[in-house]
Amino acid sequence: MTMTETTHAQTTSGSADIIDSLCQITPGSDLDTIRRSRAQARENAQRSFEVLLDPQDPGTFPLSERYAVAAYTVALQASQSAALDFYLELTEEETDSHFARSIEQLARAARSVGPYGEYREPRHTRESEPGTTVHYDAKEVPGSSPRLAAALEHAHLLSLHPRDARPEHLKRLENAGWSADEIVTLSQLIAFLAFQIRVVDGLLALADNPSPEETR
Amino acid sequence: MSAVIEYEELNRPDGFTQEGLGWVPWLRPITEEDLTEEQREALIHEFRIKSDYFRLLVRNPEALHARTLTDVDIFTNPAGGLPRADREIAASAASRVNGCVYCASVHTARATHESGRREDVQRLLDEGVEAPLGEEWEVVAQASAALTRTPSQFGAGEITSLREAGLDDASIVDAINGAAFFNWANRLMLSLGEPTVPKRRNRA
Repeated sequence: MTMTETTHAQTTSGSADIIDSLCQITPGSDLDTIRRSRAQARENAQRSFEVLLDPQDPGTFPLSERYAVAAYTVALQASQSAALDFYLELTEEETDSHFARSIEQLARAARSVGPYGEYREPRHTRESEPGTTVHYDAKEVPGSSPRLAAALEHAHLLSLHPRDARPEHLKRLENAGWSADEIVTLSQLIAFLAFQIRVVDGLLALADNPSPEETR
Repeated sequence: MSAVIEYEELNRPDGFTQEGLGWVPWLRPITEEDLTEEQREALIHEFRIKSDYFRLLVRNPEALHARTLTDVDIFTNPAGGLPRADREIAASAASRVNGCVYCASVHTARATHESGRREDVQRLLDEGVEAPLGEEWEVVAQASAALTRTPSQFGAGEITSLREAGLDDASIVDAINGAAFFNWANRLMLSLGEPTVPKRRNRA
């Protein structure tokens, strides 16, 4: 089994911690001990993953859409970790490899340095960095839908230029069929991934640069 | 009819501030009377029941509950790790880089409350994450900013600087968690509503 398959199988049974898996943190290691000193944070980061990305009842927000948004979000932010492969494989499992690849391509084409965006606060207008807002047509993504196209646009906004967010962006989602409850879940999913990939990137940097005492 | 709320007349802040701000939602929160038992439990504490922001997020009670427990442990667990004021600096620096005026107001005020260093905290708001804040805060703020940027700029240089400022590995993990968590919080606060200046301050 690949690491991703192991991770997914264990997640489903509720035992593997995704952040540990993506960082290859092993039981009893220094990083494991440190993470467990914030046990409530560790356990609930995992529970957030399960609630948002591996829910028992996905309701009206199907797993195929959740994983497509997740893969797009992680690919867009160019995380160098195994997180991208992980979410691409989940997307592929729920859809097919062609669809997963088109989501990844869409995200790669939209990559840029972030965060940018305009300040509405007059004292900071000089710090405004106007930038790209993406518009997706469902026809550009085979196997996609107007609903998913709107969600990917929102993932781009929240991931790269969240200070550009305005009520009109929620109207865009609403017009594509997203209810208020679903918009909250979609927003949590995208925002949670911003957290998860940063924890992973941060812990990997720490693991790659052990303190001099530990290497002696 | 659209459920999205727009505010033509709103007393918006003119910039980053440590003063208390309000926040108004762009989607309707669940009213207090309509909260289910599960939603009340997910809100955990009375102050969240009174908050439009949390009663909006409670539309997904499980997601809110897990997120709140993560938040509380990262920022208030007293066992070892980074001093609480420094965790708030990590949160404030991420909020400053992302441009979340509301989050920055809450967490710079907490940094000031925990440390008594109001002027240093104010420099972070006025000048940004490169401002002189004293060695430990500077490296925590800049490491948080590096992790906030896309693609991530956080690497060997940040780890070395944090170690040289005296942080042990548990403290570095607190700084990573604090910065990462605010990349979650900022995105919700920025995209589901907006900050306001409360009336009592407006009169002052």
